Amino acid sequence: MDAILLQILNGLDKGSAYALIALGLTLIFGTLGVVNFAHGALFMIGAFCAVTLQKLLSLSYVVIDETKTDFMGNPLKVEMPYVAKWFGPEIGATIIDWSVPLAILFSIPVMIAIGFAIERGLIKYFYRRPHADQILVTFGLAIVLQEIVKYYFGANPIPTPAPDMFAGSIDIGMLVGFDPNAIVYPSWRLIYFAFAALIIGGVFAFLQFTTFGMVVRAGMADRETVGLLGINIDRRFTIMFGIAAAVAGLAGVMYAPINSPNYHMGMDFLVLSFVVVVVGGMGSLPGAVLAGFLLGILESFASTTWATTTIPGINQVVIYLVAIIVLLARPRGLMGRKGVMED
Amino acid sequence: MLGLNGRDTTVFVIVTVLAIMAPFLLNPFPTESGLAQFNAGYPDLMQRFAIFAIFAIGFNILFGLTGYLSFGHAAFLGVGSYAAVWIFKLFTYNVVPAILFSVVIGAIFALAIGFISLRRSGIYFAILTLAFAQMSYALAYSVLSNPKFNLTNGETGLQVYPGDLQMFHNPERVPDLPHLFGLSMRANYELSVGGWDFNFNAGYYLCAAILLLMFYLSMRIFRSPFGMMLRAIKSNQTRMTYTGLNARPYALAAFVISGMYAGLAGGLMAAVDPLTGAERMQWTASGEVVLMTILGGAGTLIGPILGAGFIKYFENIFSKINDSVLHAWFAALPDGLEDFLVAIIYPFIGKGWHLTLGILFMLVVIFLPGGLVEGGQRIGRLFRSRKTRKGETDEATQSTPAE
Repeated sequence: MDAILLQILNGLDKGSAYALIALGLTLIFGTLGVVNFAHGALFMIGAFCAVTLQKLLSLSYVVIDETKTDFMGNPLKVEMPYVAKWFGPEIGATIIDWSVPLAILFSIPVMIAIGFAIERGLIKYFYRRPHADQILVTFGLAIVLQEIVKYYFGANPIPTPAPDMFAGSIDIGMLVGFDPNAIVYPSWRLIYFAFAALIIGGVFAFLQFTTFGMVVRAGMADRETVGLLGINIDRRFTIMFGIAAAVAGLAGVMYAPINSPNYHMGMDFLVLSFVVVVVGGMGSLPGAVLAGFLLGILESFASTTWATTTIPGINQVVIYLVAIIVLLARPRGLMGRKGVMED
Repeated sequence: MLGLNGRDTTVFVIVTVLAIMAPFLLNPFPTESGLAQFNAGYPDLMQRFAIFAIFAIGFNILFGLTGYLSFGHAAFLGVGSYAAVWIFKLFTYNVVPAILFSVVIGAIFALAIGFISLRRSGIYFAILTLAFAQMSYALAYSVLSNPKFNLTNGETGLQVYPGDLQMFHNPERVPDLPHLFGLSMRANYELSVGGWDFNFNAGYYLCAAILLLMFYLSMRIFRSPFGMMLRAIKSNQTRMTYTGLNARPYALAAFVISGMYAGLAGGLMAAVDPLTGAERMQWTASGEVVLMTILGGAGTLIGPILGAGFIKYFENIFSKINDSVLHAWFAALPDGLEDFLVAIIYPFIGKGWHLTLGILFMLVVIFLPGGLVEGGQRIGRLFRSRKTRKGETDEATQSTPAE
């Protein structure tokens, strides 16, 4: 029982990332009808927002500390971050420590701006072109974004730790009545899951309970009629692209402490997120979320020793296998609607 | 000639001449001169030109004609390579059985994957092929390299070891390397004329000969009734179905043919260098062949060859230019300007060459859906329309070569 619970928990953090990226992909697909191969790159840029903010906050100048000496007996040069100078050493250290959560605030405007720029500058011109062209141009865009990040940040992963407070693990087993040390789980991953749930809930609430969201949903169902009613649906869809970019970016920001960001992390996630979207059903938001968590948990179960000894390497292929089976058995995916991408 | 019309014969003759003369054409600069770094006439790169051209021609038969965008073609190239290396390991270093076997294996894989993937079209097809390719990659990379059943040798890559069986291999009579009935694939004749060195490499000429054969075959497919059916799938599959034709067998045939081309390319890759690894199957490799075909011009005959040559040339030549080379180029300019120019150009060359490729690719997709071929046609039309400004009918606007 506790082993099963542990695997489910293990699957949740990856599943959260899949679900968030797939949610953004589906938002873009459902509103604009564009297959966005650059979505993984947006996830990656989000993670690098965290890296950038951390670097900005840790910008330092050198002071000579008279109280300490190095092994030669000379006064030691100490790097002093500017934030520590401005806000005092303790608050400064705390700010640097909390750079990843702060990056959430930093990344939202950045990602929305990037999303607007991409939609207005590029994707707008591809609505009338075939899906293959949309795939190709966003694939090119992904390469470009990835290479720009590589140029500025290098090819190596950059460690971006979470605040010290969340660095350790929590013994969840104790809380729900199992033996101590049966289910020990890194706290940041729990926070990631909670955060993902919050974002997903937020997006759904936004679409469900606001007038703006209602118009967007109407536009998803029948764009032409909504346009004929005198509503500028294009502008709303552009905003939705910005929101989808922000969702991917936030997923990236919070993922930075779990895996040190490198420039091709987006591509690695993109392939799986596409599989997730297709399994969930193209254009179905609940389907994307459901499939994201399901496949994440499935992957973590397939990675157990029991599974890998029974069928060697099952953890590597299980997601693709499931995707193939689902597509053949239920071509529209788990929760796909009729008439989406049927041409 | 050979069942081709006049225009196609000209194209074919040009490609043949280019392929035969490649060692000269790709080495236009004397070896000692500063421009020698732009020479691409070394065997390794010439072989890659030919092999990737074959790969892209095959991909074009699927994507260019039927419009099915496969994001998993590298899987067939990978299994072709593995098949060829296994022939080397088990039987003989002769490349003929190895290449034939790699084509057969490529066809079998393409049949299996195509049979399932072609149930869906559009984005679903792209993702299904992608999923299959990533699965093959994962299988080759880790699963099939366990000690009990080592088919791929994991991340080390598969290669021929001294203890291998090699049943029909006789090291005394034939070279201890991949060979064509005794002619080693590494055999190289270097011709020095003045300051120039030209390399004539057995491996390259084998690849070039097969490339010509495959190019001829693709021309025949493009011009055949079968090719017409494939184009019908691209332009309007529903209408094709209404006329009483089932599109799936045609699409599957195109998929298998392009899988065989990819398997052949993989076999040749192993033939010129008898080792292989799982990274050949990764989806970035599939993306590369998509880039090549689109960049050159999807649906055109010559486009994939141009695209493959273009990408491989710049990948190997551009990436060698570093900032010291750049500084040497602009050394004549005033220092401030020199640094400024170098700072502007540097992100786009050397290690940043992929950035250039990405931008170029986007520009082509946005402005030139027909790729380099369409670009060339537009320029040609511009010149011709100036000449025939008055009265005469403009021939260039009517003919759409290789489409």
